[in-house]
Amino acid sequence: MIHSFQASSDVNMGYHYFAIITASFTFLLIVVGALVTGNDAGLSVPDWPLSYGSLNPPWVGNIRYEHGHRLVAAFVGFLTVVLAVWIWKKDSRQVVRRLGILSLGVVITQGILGGVTVLWYLPASISILHACLAQTFFCLIVSLAWLSAPERKSSRLKKIEQSGQNRQPLILSILITGTIYIQLIVGAIFRHTQSGIMFHVFGALVAVTLMAWLFNVVFKGKYLNLIRPVKLMGVLILVQVFLGIGSLVLRLINTNAVQPEFSLVVISTAHVALGALVLANGVIIIFESFRIIPIHYQVSPQLGVKTV
Amino acid sequence: MGTKKYLLCLVSTLFMLSIAGCGGGEVDLAEKAEEAAPAKEVTTIDPTTAATVKGKVSFEGDLPRARRLNMNAEPSCAALHNKPVYSNVVVPNENKTLRHVFVYVEKGLEDKVFETPKEPAVIDQKGCIYIPHMIGVQANQPIQILNSDPTTHNIHPLPKNNREWNESMAPGMPPKVKKFPREEVMIAVKCNVHPWMKSYIGVLKHPFFAVTGEDGSFEIKGLPPGEYTISAWHELLKKGTTSHKVTLSASDTKELDFTLKQAS
Repeated sequence: MIHSFQASSDVNMGYHYFAIITASFTFLLIVVGALVTGNDAGLSVPDWPLSYGSLNPPWVGNIRYEHGHRLVAAFVGFLTVVLAVWIWKKDSRQVVRRLGILSLGVVITQGILGGVTVLWYLPASISILHACLAQTFFCLIVSLAWLSAPERKSSRLKKIEQSGQNRQPLILSILITGTIYIQLIVGAIFRHTQSGIMFHVFGALVAVTLMAWLFNVVFKGKYLNLIRPVKLMGVLILVQVFLGIGSLVLRLINTNAVQPEFSLVVISTAHVALGALVLANGVIIIFESFRIIPIHYQVSPQLGVKTV
Repeated sequence: MGTKKYLLCLVSTLFMLSIAGCGGGEVDLAEKAEEAAPAKEVTTIDPTTAATVKGKVSFEGDLPRARRLNMNAEPSCAALHNKPVYSNVVVPNENKTLRHVFVYVEKGLEDKVFETPKEPAVIDQKGCIYIPHMIGVQANQPIQILNSDPTTHNIHPLPKNNREWNESMAPGMPPKVKKFPREEVMIAVKCNVHPWMKSYIGVLKHPFFAVTGEDGSFEIKGLPPGEYTISAWHELLKKGTTSHKVTLSASDTKELDFTLKQAS
């Protein structure tokens, strides 16, 4: 894997910032998508790809969420096309170019899945696939944003990468990110079928346990580049657990609700959005674990790291 | 991985999706098989021997509190009401009876065929609620759907045994006329634009059904003599006395009472 991040001669801040902007809009898209599900708005626009036969349907009731989701999705699709082309032209690393093309393929598939959910009246299997692919796409874009940072293109980094001998953080970060991804799938199944909540609760316990273990390994090993993302991960997972409990309690209270309750919509949307951030942070921790920086290196703003 | 492999992955995903989405075919095939079946002779009811079943539907135990509908998300809906609007899910009457209960002959008419009415049953979208909340129709009877509101609705029935559809209805649009060819108790109908809007349609092959009203009573007239199972369906109260077996002689009138309660 070390060779995957081999040096690239050009440093292009423009495309790095563009990747960050694309990731931000993808996050917004996940939030709006969660609002569509939370408000039961998925079929408020019966046609696709147009909305009520137009690009500007009546902006009323739940149509606002569904059409808003389509508009943001179209914009993210456009950003992804630009990003993939930009990467192809400016980045010589094969792995990054392939990730760019993969992202493009995923965003197109995701758009088609969105249409299929509407035209086939929201079948649970497709809705779950749509929700999980959204998170996968977000991770891909975050990966591109991470990989396009100038310090990750520096040739000096290769030596640092090779100095990392301890594989424990890497294995743990893969385990925890895998657990979180499974959690997102089980969470999507629960959201769309109201079943499987016990698996989701069990998954949360596994994630918290693995997190505590990773926390311990990183702080004992003093892996400089891992400390910040792991700290952030700890906080995000704790908040996520509380949001999950809150969401579940509100669901139980509102069993016979006649319409989506505002408080439940807010908390479940936050739960989905934070889930995306936790997963993306997990991916970053995996990347960082490939290039563990031991204590005798310090972080430099220009080159990423330097020898003390 | 080469470009060919990426394309292969994409095509495989789409193929899997197309397989996953092919479930609706069963309903289509069943509909075609029923259409192709030879027509049976229509049963004629002799009015001199026709029997009647009547009674009331009451409830037992505590009822869930009436939920106030929040129409703030759609100001044009909220503006149509000058007082709070409550959900129609559980509506108790003053005499301890229940409104919106579908009472119907569940068994006893399997071998009989009845003429399908030509006149449509009507559902109106008025004040951003469905009026009435519950109707019964015969299979293939036209259902006329109106939009009397100054806003856009979508009408989305969620059948299990009939074809699902979801169509928009702008204000001022001419009525839609729809049919359900197969028996189904009950089909929920939703407006996804205004998620508080929900109604139910009971589809039967015969005309022997009723929906309880403001006094919780029902009356099913014109039944040929025979043995029947009469059942009561409510969207939330599923327990209690939900069905009766009755034997009706010529010109009989029998009283049946149902008592429904919530599942504990």
